[in-house]
Amino acid sequence: MNKTLQHPALVRATSLGLLLLLWIVAAELTADASVLPEPWALWEPFAKATFSGALPYHLGMTLWRVICAFVPAMAVGVALGVLMGRIPSVDRWLDPWLVVFLNLPALVLIVLCYLWIGLNEAAAIIAVVLNKIPNVATILREGARALDPNLGAMAEVYRMRPLTRLRHVVLPQLAPFIAGAARSGIAVIWKIVLVVEFLGRSSGIGFQIHFYFQLFDVAMVLVYALSFIGVMLMVEVLMLQPAESRVRRWRTA
Amino acid sequence: MIRVDVRRKAFGDEEILRDIRFDMEVGETIAILGASGIGKSTLLRLIAGIDPVFKGEIVRPDKIAMVFQEPVLLPWRSVLENLTLVHPDLGRQAAFSALERTGIADKARAFPGQLSLGQQRRLALARAFAGRPALLVMDEPYVSLDPTTADEMLALTEALIAETGPAVILVTHSEVEARRLARRRLRLSGRPATITGDMVAGPPSVSREGAS
Repeated sequence: MNKTLQHPALVRATSLGLLLLLWIVAAELTADASVLPEPWALWEPFAKATFSGALPYHLGMTLWRVICAFVPAMAVGVALGVLMGRIPSVDRWLDPWLVVFLNLPALVLIVLCYLWIGLNEAAAIIAVVLNKIPNVATILREGARALDPNLGAMAEVYRMRPLTRLRHVVLPQLAPFIAGAARSGIAVIWKIVLVVEFLGRSSGIGFQIHFYFQLFDVAMVLVYALSFIGVMLMVEVLMLQPAESRVRRWRTA
Repeated sequence: MIRVDVRRKAFGDEEILRDIRFDMEVGETIAILGASGIGKSTLLRLIAGIDPVFKGEIVRPDKIAMVFQEPVLLPWRSVLENLTLVHPDLGRQAAFSALERTGIADKARAFPGQLSLGQQRRLALARAFAGRPALLVMDEPYVSLDPTTADEMLALTEALIAETGPAVILVTHSEVEARRLARRRLRLSGRPATITGDMVAGPPSVSREGAS
């Protein structure tokens, strides 16, 4: 294949361009802006929602919930996964729970949390955290099982301090697994947050989508959804990718 | 003094080691010889304290260093950090001196993956001796090296032992390595393995000329 066509950024742009083209073609074929408007028809509602302050407010609320759910889900999931990967008896006891929670539909957990805790912020966050923990734990369990026993022996013989050992021996080995869990975590969490908002919150992208769904306003549904996808892409490019390339520096040196 | 008294070591139902007893003084070097898979490395792991599950008693000093079959370095930390993280009390200057002594000071900022296998082994040696251990255990440290590099490494090890003066337990299946580094040689054989030979002979541990 032509070399310029293999450049990652170019391939990515072309691929996204093709998706956009598909959208335009579908919109032309539908020929009904209330069902599927053309991409450029979204500009006006986007600008209106932005300048009225509604879009930034709901975007901010959703982002805040994503962060509130992401941090504890990662912390608990990593700790649980590492414990299960390192201590076989813990794994034997908790593995059935993991299987149950992995297969429990997100919707069921969300509804139950709202029913048990109430229609409040805590219930919303807990529902998302509980949905994500099993996933993070499963990925990190594999990482903990793959820890190099020789490096462990080395740290043991030389009596490395526990914190030094964690930071310089264990975490670098877990880094690819943590990065993988974080990446899939962010992607899954924001979708669950939207469902949580759709069902029982009065702010956030999910709430707005619910609102415009009732008005059958496809354009506004798309404006809100695409805005958040944009934000998540920025998080990916500006935060996750640089962090990942920093911890991978030794591989490429 | 170092006292090894392993009455029994088993993995599940399979007994690997039985009744292995010997004492040694700081400054003494002992080579443990035996066929592959006999349990030499298992014994070494007991002595180093990596594996605490066995019947018996091992009296060992606090400051232990180990050289493994593989270099076992932190690939994500620089050469210098591989020393300073393991020996936090070692100053930067002392760490540089240790690298200089093993001939890899110019690689201080490189990652281990950028070193040749010989240089990685030198770093492993620098790490072992930098903490001035009272007991050094070495598990076939020259395996998989070409003869010239292995000879260089042996010479470097001899010199560092002479300078630092720890008790050294070397596991090897090479009679030549054993004779060159150690006056006393223990042979392991049988299943479960036990000491079937205890020879005190050959050159003193720091002399290279007497090796044959």
